[in-house]
Amino acid sequence: MIWHDWLLVMILLSSLGPGLIIFSLAESSRASRTTLNIFGAVTKMVLVLVMILGIYRGHSFAVHFTILPGLELVLRADPLSALFVTLSSILWLFTTLYAIAYLEDSPNRSHFFGYFSLCVTVTIGIALAGNLLTFLFFFEMLTLSTYPLVVHRGTAEAMAAGKVYLVYTLAGGILLFIGVVWLHAMAGPVDFSRPGLLTPLVAGHGTTLKIIFYLLLAGVGVKAALFPLHGWLPRAMVAPAPVSALLHAVAVVKAGAFGIIRIVLDVYGLDTARTLGLLLPLMLLSSITIMYGSVRALSQDNLKRRLAFSTVSQVSYIALGISIGSPLAIMGGMVHLVHQGLMKITLFFCAGNIAETLGIHDISRMNGVGRRLPVTMAAFTLAAMGMIGLPPMAGFVSKWYLGLGALAQGQGWIVWVLVLSSLLNGAYFLPILYGAWFKEQEGEWPADSGTVGSLESHWMLIVPPVITAVVSLLVGLLANSSLSPLAWVRFIVRTGYGL
Amino acid sequence: MIRLLLQGDCWLILPVILPLLGALLSFLLKKQPRLPGVLGALVTFFASAALAWKLVSHGGGRYYLGGWQPPLGISLRADGPAVLMVLMTAVTGLAVSVYAGGYFQSRINKRGEEQRHLAQERSFWPLWLLLWAALNGMFLSADIFNMYVTLELVALSSVGLTALSGKPASQVAAMRYLLVSLLGSLSFLLGVAFLYKVHGSLDLLAIGAALSLAPAVVMAMVLISVGLMLKTALFPFHFWLPPAHANALAPVSAILSGLVINGAWYLFFRFWQGVLPLVGEGAATLLAVLGGVAIVWGAYQAFCQQRLKMLVAYSTVAQIGYLFIIFPLMEMGPEQGAAAVFYFVISHSCAKAAMFLAAGTLFLQVGHDRISDLDGVRQVLPKTTFAFALGGLSLMGLPPTGGFIAKYMYLSQAVSQERWWLVAVIVAGSCLAAVYICRAVAHILSPRLVAVAGPVVVAASMEWSALALALVAMLLGFVGPLVLHLIEVAG
Amino acid sequence: MIFSPGHVYGLTGLLLFIVGLAGLILCAQLLRKILAVNIMASGVFLFLVTIAHGNGVLIDPVPHAMVLTGIVVSVSSTAVALALAGRVQDMAHCRDLLKKKARGEG
Repeated sequence: MIWHDWLLVMILLSSLGPGLIIFSLAESSRASRTTLNIFGAVTKMVLVLVMILGIYRGHSFAVHFTILPGLELVLRADPLSALFVTLSSILWLFTTLYAIAYLEDSPNRSHFFGYFSLCVTVTIGIALAGNLLTFLFFFEMLTLSTYPLVVHRGTAEAMAAGKVYLVYTLAGGILLFIGVVWLHAMAGPVDFSRPGLLTPLVAGHGTTLKIIFYLLLAGVGVKAALFPLHGWLPRAMVAPAPVSALLHAVAVVKAGAFGIIRIVLDVYGLDTARTLGLLLPLMLLSSITIMYGSVRALSQDNLKRRLAFSTVSQVSYIALGISIGSPLAIMGGMVHLVHQGLMKITLFFCAGNIAETLGIHDISRMNGVGRRLPVTMAAFTLAAMGMIGLPPMAGFVSKWYLGLGALAQGQGWIVWVLVLSSLLNGAYFLPILYGAWFKEQEGEWPADSGTVGSLESHWMLIVPPVITAVVSLLVGLLANSSLSPLAWVRFIVRTGYGL
Repeated sequence: MIRLLLQGDCWLILPVILPLLGALLSFLLKKQPRLPGVLGALVTFFASAALAWKLVSHGGGRYYLGGWQPPLGISLRADGPAVLMVLMTAVTGLAVSVYAGGYFQSRINKRGEEQRHLAQERSFWPLWLLLWAALNGMFLSADIFNMYVTLELVALSSVGLTALSGKPASQVAAMRYLLVSLLGSLSFLLGVAFLYKVHGSLDLLAIGAALSLAPAVVMAMVLISVGLMLKTALFPFHFWLPPAHANALAPVSAILSGLVINGAWYLFFRFWQGVLPLVGEGAATLLAVLGGVAIVWGAYQAFCQQRLKMLVAYSTVAQIGYLFIIFPLMEMGPEQGAAAVFYFVISHSCAKAAMFLAAGTLFLQVGHDRISDLDGVRQVLPKTTFAFALGGLSLMGLPPTGGFIAKYMYLSQAVSQERWWLVAVIVAGSCLAAVYICRAVAHILSPRLVAVAGPVVVAASMEWSALALALVAMLLGFVGPLVLHLIEVAG
Repeated sequence: MIFSPGHVYGLTGLLLFIVGLAGLILCAQLLRKILAVNIMASGVFLFLVTIAHGNGVLIDPVPHAMVLTGIVVSVSSTAVALALAGRVQDMAHCRDLLKKKARGEG
């Protein structure tokens, strides 16, 4: 085995190792914990960079490990996994920085950061999974490593949310398990690098393939919060802000959306999925989820709950793009994986700042926050504008490609879904922005923890959202440069799927 | 001399002789029974590992005790499944022995009743090593009467172990266990008599080769099956198991649930492996139905329990069901079926023993095992709670554990043979296991700080041995090809 | 059909087994249960001895060896059972109290 085969394993180990060490650290050894966290995150980013350069030069990275005769765990880096790995590892670095400051002086930090690292390891595993079994392997582990984070606060509400989360995700996991086993029994090991594996089966086993598709879709759909499987997501917002950021932007929801991409494009293949008539139901389902999430977000007063329903809606753009199936729409969907991640993580960082610094959880109490926390609210505003899809922000790029792709495929009604959803996005984001910037403060803040020197809050709470907000602005503004996510997605669609 | 030892087949009896020797020594050295006990466990472990190595490198073998050939002599036989069971017993047994050392020391240190705890330890080591010897003898026997003798030895020593805790509940449970065991053994013996009457041989292989469906043979199979089902505690014969397993001392619970149950099942499997092609669909389906009911009923009961050890004991009732639903699947794929069920057995053994050991540690630390009052115990005993959770993962069949591999093999065979009701049972079993395990784990891993505080009174070896066993259950998720290679070695 | 002595012994053995089984299930007292198990064991041993006789003139020694071993096992297990029953009996006082309490509540 040459060095670059080990690269993928090292990418996994760069967060697993620190995570395991952190578990065994005492609560008080703050410095070594922080060092390990940042060391792991930076190492991972460097390794991922090496990997991307390799892929761009045409190297292929793969590791095989046999767990049963005929059954392999495969790690493989293709352009699509590189997209998700990069997103996760960059956002992990920022979330770690943020979490270190956010959880200062709260109990159980070793426990928290241990699971935090575990969670990212597993997410990277999902991204690098080279066949369906490996995907399932890491996908189930994701449930288990995120549960302790969701219930981290230990309140009755958190425990109840954790229970709901477990019920949804474990049930989804079992459906996925059946689907994978069934597919293996029919077609043998399903490797992502061999498209068209199922094509010969379409004629004889069409109905079975359809049932299996819906099993798999239900399995990943739970994590992707597809309507009606989204129930856990708004409840899980009781978790601390860094966890919500991780769930919504990096790990769980994204893993589900990524799973949908894998299943449609790499397991079934676009043509087979179209022949079996699987794309239209997925398209309808994601459209319904987009509208439903936005409508529900309107009536939420709790900021994090509103953001959670917004995630329900926004993540379905990814599924929508894939289900439309034209190259432009797929690009729009895939690039939204990155765009939504950047914007949503900014929003959750800001919501965490507002709650941490001022004790505000409800939108109705946010009047005048802009004057107290100008930097935070500026970042929030940028991200919210992006979410609404104002040109030339990141969200606009995604929606533009989705719309073009839909028109190219002759699905004009999708454009109306996009327009309506953008209006709804505006309807639930703009009042927040208006209130925060233009209304007067009403009464005292519930719990103002004061300024830190000349800064409005701890610097490690401010820097991550500012950076992610600026990056989310740049990926939209510079979408046409050769370093933008859009360019990489174009590369994926061209080389990976020949579209 | 050494060459002779390596070439001969006498290495086959070492896993039986060595623990017996250890039992004797620990019985004689009353002042210090722990030393020969742990030493015996260690030596037995290495003998079992050597046996496995020898099997893989040189193939299976037979050994005739005292050089007497059958039908008069007793013969031992090593093949893949037998040695796998010996190896499983060695791994779990070694961990339990290390745990027991710390367990008795902690108990002797903890309260004022040193004499009682010392007496318990004095009885524990000889009984446990005797049990180990009998189990290894059972796995390696090729002779069905010898199987009866080892069954009785296992039953007597495990009854002794059950009664060791001295609690009233455990005495009653042990009495019931003994009567059920005796009934099972006598039923087995009568079956053996019938088989001998028809075949004039006690060698299982010889009998299997000449098997027919004569009325006397059917009678024998029914008697043997019912006897062994009683001992395996298959639904509806499970009534004796939860009180016996839950009220015993912690290392004893682990031994009973992790090892003893598997012993009786192993004999059952060996008998059925031969007759399965003859009996047809009906009998295998009946076994699977009982197994399916066991899975659902046991899981439901486990969910209803208020005490952690009772929960784990009922979970054993449920998991036993999986050992029996394999039979219909084995008709179309005997090798794959055997591989799946043995994989299940070994991962269940490690996981369940780890859970019982962990539960015992929690009990000793906190002084009770009421699930709802165990919140925050993680802060005191992180390794133990982690071991419990990891064992639970294996029972739920989630990756990366041996349980996942076993469930995968089960499901893939049920799906490819299109036995949808078995798929439903397996899935329902996994869901229910997830429910009752998560219920317990949510409490013991709860981040709440209503701590069961106080200084740690349990020995470090207790925490580490349970964790090691749970890690073995996890490791089994990655060594599939190795284990399957071992199973496939013929006798 | 003419019954040979072998048939009679064999059937008696089986009958003893069944009688013992009934006793084990039906009797409430521990001592009786233990006796019932012994009756079952005697039935099995009788059956084994019958097998040894078979139909021919040659006597098969193997079942005799089995019976001898079986008797040893049976004696030891009876000893364990009696010891355990004694302990259970010692706690009967405690159990009776519980029963009375339950009856009182019923």
